[in-house]
Amino acid sequence: MNAPAKPKLRMATATLAGCFGCHMSFLDIDERLFDLIELVEFDRSPLTDIKHCGPCDIGLIEGGLCNAENVHVLREFRANCKILIAVGACAINGGLPAQRNHFPLSLILEEVYHAQHGLVDGFIPNDPELPLPLDKVHPLHEVVKIDYFIPGCPPSGDTIWKVLTDLLAGREPELGHALLHYD
Amino acid sequence: MTQDNISNPTTFMLDNKIIPFSEGQTIIQAAMAAGEYIPHLCYNPEFKPHGSCKVCTVKANGRQAASCTQLAQADMVVESNTQQINDERRALLQMLFVEGNHFCPSCEKSGNCELQATAYALEMMSPHFDHFSPNRPLDASHPEYLLDFNRCILCSLCVRASRDVDGKNVFALSERGIKTQLIVNAKSGKLGDTDFSDQDKAAHVCPVGVIIKKRVGFTIPIGERAFDVNPISVSPHPVKKGA
Repeated sequence: MNAPAKPKLRMATATLAGCFGCHMSFLDIDERLFDLIELVEFDRSPLTDIKHCGPCDIGLIEGGLCNAENVHVLREFRANCKILIAVGACAINGGLPAQRNHFPLSLILEEVYHAQHGLVDGFIPNDPELPLPLDKVHPLHEVVKIDYFIPGCPPSGDTIWKVLTDLLAGREPELGHALLHYD
Repeated sequence: MTQDNISNPTTFMLDNKIIPFSEGQTIIQAAMAAGEYIPHLCYNPEFKPHGSCKVCTVKANGRQAASCTQLAQADMVVESNTQQINDERRALLQMLFVEGNHFCPSCEKSGNCELQATAYALEMMSPHFDHFSPNRPLDASHPEYLLDFNRCILCSLCVRASRDVDGKNVFALSERGIKTQLIVNAKSGKLGDTDFSDQDKAAHVCPVGVIIKKRVGFTIPIGERAFDVNPISVSPHPVKKGA
């Protein structure tokens, strides 16, 4: 008698205040994507266009938190994902967007929407559909518990693959010198 | 290992290895001479130790001590590469990362940075603590060098080099405790108003990316730099090219 097929794990991914570079790097696992979809099925992700995250085994989050919507998405992932992974520099320390942190937000909005040349009638966008920017850009671990971190800008496809395969095999992920990079 | 080895008057034990030493050597000096790596940041073998970063802390005969200042003693039993000590070292590094603004992807020193390489060696996967995001303006007043204070870890190597080798006293650590900061010894506080030059030892000792030579930052591409090639545990003080 054949053993029943092992149910696939569910996996979700999202980009917050990031550049999608980590997702591009994830796609760099190339033909290993075929191996991966034998083991997992995707829930919310830019790959599926599903808008909300349901119960999942693994969630990958790229990017830090620069506005209120980012925080909502992160909390939805935390509430639904058994294992939540911060992927890339921005998710881990705020990265490039966090370089605005030592300027007051009001000064930045003034500079972008009022002070620039050619913005005589410029105004700061205030449509209720726009998520409000946060005072500072925060990495994920400052708001929710993060289970694993994959550093790099972006982490290489090999690095992401190593962490995923370690987790899928029930091992603690271990990168070693060749794959652990902050740049 | 025999009893004779343990009681040898010119050796001590480091993580169950016999380390020879000579009179007046510190634990880290003897360990490094024997090819054993003890993580460290403010220690540089060319300078008198400062003992401030505490990353080189070991347990010597059961008591914690900075191995860069603690003299080696006969029969001493030193623990260094243990989970407890490495966890504490990693916490020190994480505090250094969140106290400053350390954005490796946009730093010219990435790959040649001892803070980053030590964090790799101790498998630091995240900064763990909340970020301070301090506001520390750059000083680009000098024609050849840029100072990016965001990355300073207060190791005082530039202070020691400028004072003890160059005889110039260009740098100093000002204030105390959490307010401690690196300052430039000029009325304006600007590097451009000092006699700092490329020939100074102080121009070449920064273990992180504070003292940056202009216009050569990316001569060596990221991925081919000293600590990209070898872990810091294998080559703690390589001749660094391009940064």
